[in-house]
Amino acid sequence: MLKTRLIGVLIVKGGIVVQSINFRRYLPVGSPAVAVDYLNRWGIDEIVLLDIDASPESRSPELSKIAEFSKCCQVPLTVGGGIRTVEDIEKTIHAGADKIVINSAAVDTPDLISEGAELFGAQCIMVSIDAGLTGNGEYRAFTDSGRCDTGRSPVDLAEEAEKRGAGEILINSIDRDGSKTGYDLELLGQVCNAVDIPVIACGGVGHPEHFREAAGLNLSGLAAANFFHFTEHSAVVAKSFLKSAREQVRLDTYAKYENCTFDMNGRADKRSDEYLDKLRFEYIPEEII
Amino acid sequence: MTVDNNRRILIINYGMGNIGSVKNALNTLGVECIISDSKNDISSADAFILPGVGAFPAAMSNLKKLDIVDELTKQVMISRKPFLGICLGMQLLAKDSVENGYAKGLGWIDAGVVPIDREKIKRVPHVGWNNVLMEKDDVMYKRIGASAHFFFDHSFHMVCSDHEMVTGTCVYGEKMVASIRKNNIFATQFHPEKSQRNGLKLLRNFTNFVFSDRS
Repeated sequence: MLKTRLIGVLIVKGGIVVQSINFRRYLPVGSPAVAVDYLNRWGIDEIVLLDIDASPESRSPELSKIAEFSKCCQVPLTVGGGIRTVEDIEKTIHAGADKIVINSAAVDTPDLISEGAELFGAQCIMVSIDAGLTGNGEYRAFTDSGRCDTGRSPVDLAEEAEKRGAGEILINSIDRDGSKTGYDLELLGQVCNAVDIPVIACGGVGHPEHFREAAGLNLSGLAAANFFHFTEHSAVVAKSFLKSAREQVRLDTYAKYENCTFDMNGRADKRSDEYLDKLRFEYIPEEII
Repeated sequence: MTVDNNRRILIINYGMGNIGSVKNALNTLGVECIISDSKNDISSADAFILPGVGAFPAAMSNLKKLDIVDELTKQVMISRKPFLGICLGMQLLAKDSVENGYAKGLGWIDAGVVPIDREKIKRVPHVGWNNVLMEKDDVMYKRIGASAHFFFDHSFHMVCSDHEMVTGTCVYGEKMVASIRKNNIFATQFHPEKSQRNGLKLLRNFTNFVFSDRS
């Protein structure tokens, strides 16, 4: 059966991967090429790379970099940031992206969704919606990296994107971004129930438990940005946690982290010394394909 | 068994989707290949890969505009050169598809392409990692296992009249064809170039077949 995807989001600013907090503060993490390579090796199911300088600088993503990253990326690579025209979509796919994400353009020029879907296939078009809670407790969608209030609800945008032929929705919570307090389940539930196309959640994961909390919502993908950057084997560890909680995820890496327990910060607990001793001398021949 | 590593693998570029991924995957395996849309390159190649993401009618229209359908058919159906179709590249082998209306396909196999049944499953496209049940012990699944995960992303699927050619299936709402093999023709609905180690193994199995003495 179809497994829930664990998706690594790389927020790229000034050419490097950054940690994002409420779409306002950005702290450096490192090289996108290294991040793509590591996530790939740790069995991530998909990678979304967002160039967040592109829209404010009125340009499309850096194509030469995409070509470089895609070389070692053997999982689907979704690229976004400043994509505004059909030509932008074509160039980005040509450079090595498997799918593209549009955010501001989906609101400003929604015809791009249908044109893109018709020319490149709905599978290539992911619409991302950044949402935040307003003063009166309602969710609103924002564009331009959270700076511009569209005046519309995320559900409304998601429904329009679906009607226009988008393949998937990526719903991002601005308030939860970088907070490590878990997904905004209310927001995700609203969007999931509103559309019949796959929905991917993002924003707020700090502990593998947060992935599991979203289980009942029929989400197609569970995305996180910051969460994957700070621990070795982060993707494997998260999947092992979900598997032991009986969630349907793919765990294909040799390292399985079976029976792993976690501390309150979401880091894997140290194993017993006997176990670690045994592991030190375990010979694992590299499988040559 | 003789092995000829100089046999040329050609990835057909007909303007549908990210062919770079397929080349990257083959390069990761240390296998050279060329990307081309020319009739001459097709007639001199030793094996073909037809990838593809997008709509069936547009794909057939592009192939016809390039004037390569007849030459490709000759090389694959008569000269029996090894062929691997991926995703849309598998669907195009069918007699026809009802995507965006109706369009005739290459007709190399007795099959049709229909939409994923929304009565049986709510969310379409079928996108993500699903496990493929190995229906036949085919060379494409060597070292891969009977229920391995591969990456899918499609809204239409193939229905074959002859189940003998079905080598793998997956379940999404209902059982669906995930891969086929008919003589020199291999095809997968999923994307081996985007399926990490399982995908690389499958591509290696195909290239080994291309380089080996198959007669």
